[in-house]
Amino acid sequence: MLEVTDLHARYGGAHILGGVKLTVAGGEVVALLGRNGAGKTTTIKSIMGLVRQISGSVRYEGRELLGRPPHVICRAGIGYVPEERRIFADLTVAENLEVGRRPTREGAPHWSVAHLYELFPNLAERRRNQGKQLSGGEQQMLTIARTLMGNPRLVLLDEPSEGIAPVIVEQMARVIAELKREGLSVLLSEQNLHFARLVSDRAYIIETGQVRYEGDFADLDARPEVSEQFLAV
Amino acid sequence: MSFYFAQLLTGLANASSLFLIACGLSIIFGVTRIVNFAHGSLFMLGAYIAYSVVTRLDAGVFGFWFGMLAAALAVGLVGLAMEFLILRRLYRAPELFQLVATFGLVLVIQDVALAIWGAADLLGPRAPGLARAVRIFGEPIPQYDLALIGIGPLVLAGIWLLFHRTRWGILVRAATQDRDMVGALGVNQNWLFSAAFFLGAALAGLGGALQIPREAVSLQMDLNVIAEAFVVVVIGGMGSVAGAFVAAVLISVLNAFAVLVFPQISIVLPFVVMAVVLVLRPHGLFGKPGSGHGAPGEPEAPLRHMSGRGRMALAALVLAMLASPAVAGDFTLILLVDLLVAMLFAASLHFLMGVGGMVSFGHAAFFGIGAYGAALAVKTLGLGMGGAMLAGPLAGALGALVFGWFCVRLSGVYLAMLTLAAAQIVWGITFQWQDVTGGDDGILGVWPAPWASSDTAYFYLAAAICLGGIWALRRVVHSPFGYLLRGGRDSPVRAEAIGLDLRRHQWAGFTLAGTLAGLAGTVFAFSKGSVFPDVLGIAQSVDGLIMVLLGGIHALAGPLLGAGVFVLIEDWVSRLDFWRFIFGAIILAVVLLAPDGLAGGLERLRRLLRRTTGGGAAR
Repeated sequence: MLEVTDLHARYGGAHILGGVKLTVAGGEVVALLGRNGAGKTTTIKSIMGLVRQISGSVRYEGRELLGRPPHVICRAGIGYVPEERRIFADLTVAENLEVGRRPTREGAPHWSVAHLYELFPNLAERRRNQGKQLSGGEQQMLTIARTLMGNPRLVLLDEPSEGIAPVIVEQMARVIAELKREGLSVLLSEQNLHFARLVSDRAYIIETGQVRYEGDFADLDARPEVSEQFLAV
Repeated sequence: MSFYFAQLLTGLANASSLFLIACGLSIIFGVTRIVNFAHGSLFMLGAYIAYSVVTRLDAGVFGFWFGMLAAALAVGLVGLAMEFLILRRLYRAPELFQLVATFGLVLVIQDVALAIWGAADLLGPRAPGLARAVRIFGEPIPQYDLALIGIGPLVLAGIWLLFHRTRWGILVRAATQDRDMVGALGVNQNWLFSAAFFLGAALAGLGGALQIPREAVSLQMDLNVIAEAFVVVVIGGMGSVAGAFVAAVLISVLNAFAVLVFPQISIVLPFVVMAVVLVLRPHGLFGKPGSGHGAPGEPEAPLRHMSGRGRMALAALVLAMLASPAVAGDFTLILLVDLLVAMLFAASLHFLMGVGGMVSFGHAAFFGIGAYGAALAVKTLGLGMGGAMLAGPLAGALGALVFGWFCVRLSGVYLAMLTLAAAQIVWGITFQWQDVTGGDDGILGVWPAPWASSDTAYFYLAAAICLGGIWALRRVVHSPFGYLLRGGRDSPVRAEAIGLDLRRHQWAGFTLAGTLAGLAGTVFAFSKGSVFPDVLGIAQSVDGLIMVLLGGIHALAGPLLGAGVFVLIEDWVSRLDFWRFIFGAIILAVVLLAPDGLAGGLERLRRLLRRTTGGGAAR
């Protein structure tokens, strides 16, 4: 479904990604692991068209997306949930969802506002509150709901478990499981190995802008030296 | 009592038209982050178009209001064309570069209006059915004023509904906060930007159209209104429509009463209010700190010392210039002095903006203070040229010291607007204070000392001072103080986190820039023999901005190149008919061809030539 090859990215003079290669198949949840500054967020932003100096190839369902503007990439069926949440603080919960609304898409589950309020009951209660009045966990739920309003087939989740309470992390894991059940593909970046193991089928480990490991979690657990080398802090 | 009530109503009527133009400006800035200097031109076009439509149709009630709406629509389409043909190509250019394009548009629209409607003021018809006055508490109040008082809140309510009840409005509000995120959610920003421009321009056009029963339509409407519109937007908070309304009422009502006490105050009052508001609330009454996701953040490459070849080329250029009196005539020498003054002025502004990261829309303040300081030293204190040449930059330094203290507390567009306010306050005082400054008549007879009075001698004096000033600035840029300023420009948070008192250093940088601008003003005053309030005007500040931005803000040579090209082109075109149109068109062409400024454009050209002549020749 998604095939990234030889992805390079720069910010000014700094070379952040040096030839990242990864794939995500239909219905699969894939984790992108790595330490702070390894290039996880840049990989996700590059796929989404949010990094200007990039080269390589990002193919999605056979279509080259590299160099296309973010709105085209979104319309192709890729949803993006940013790391810093980026809620529209002055808009209400309902208005935030409205910004994300896109027409239904063939081959993708359709998410109505009612359906999302069922999945995220907290948001239903707070639909008239402004984004800035929500707690961190509620904001995280709102970004995911807002992205789902676009009826994506693939969701890019940037560090979903970062900076939220453990009880919300659990809820987050349930949401990702629900997405998988609905047939969505997910690429999530994560530092939390435990959380990633809970929700994903496979993992990539990225370090200094290159993929250093790929495999499933059974394999990763059998080789403790790998996580020692690339994930331990 | 009733008199004061009448005064209040006049203030409210003024507030309505001010609100219309300001809220359009605010919407455009909120969505696109473009500071649209051409917004006053759109206001003026609205007035002219409404005049033409209403006088051609027979002036019934229907004809009049149809004319108003037609003008709004037509100006909206002009705004759409501006966005679509020019500004859209510049969204990826460095921040503020779009500003130059809007300056170019101001010039172009000026001459287009001149060609179509002529230079004479046009007196529009009264509004049919509203041409008389009604008595309220015994005071005559024009009916049309009452209509205006109603129109302002009506438009505000309409915009509120649009922004809260339609999908488009929700998208606009979302984009005002984080437009990249809106794009990542599948919204095509281009359409949003075009629509924002259409709406903003239409509101400006409506504001201008509604003025025709109240004031004569003239070619000065554009710049007369733009400064005040900026003030309103800034006081309200950039991007906030409700803020613009509150600010428009505040300014207009305050003004209506202040003129009763102190008639001269109306020129400076809005700017004083803005300065007070910004010092108390750095983002205006209803504004918020801009989100970090607003502007495309492209880190700036570090400045490099000039290469050996570059130094040689520069030395050759300076030598050629210094040798020119041997061959050049007096006119050329006078032009060269203008060039030197412009270069120093632009270099000082570039130091402030490019190195210090403090954008100034009012740098002419210090140029003018320097010029007036020198002139007053000669005329009032009776000092000779030597003393006056010290007094000028000293005055500039003092002015920058005072205004800088306020300005470094702000950042971004708000800082720029406060500098504009500072310049307008100084201009207003100079303009009004007849006894000291001579007001509109200026100060005459500011001539150099006898030994420097020949064109050649003064040219060498000007060259020594201006080139010396530019050289000193370059030294400072490459000194630890310069590193510090650049560090503060790139990341204020990090600079302060490592223990730097950034504000103090910025204050010092601001003062240095003001001093050198004052020095440029001093040289200017003695070269012309007189000073007029123009040297403090918006146009002078804008000239400096064009030189710096057009030259290329990311290169030290940029402002020099920009000043050179600017002065030479202006000298050439200002002899032609419709020179503003030509000049504006040239600016637009340069902006579109070299979105990174002349310095960047030349660099790209050089690389291209190298590639085509083959890599072997290059290295």
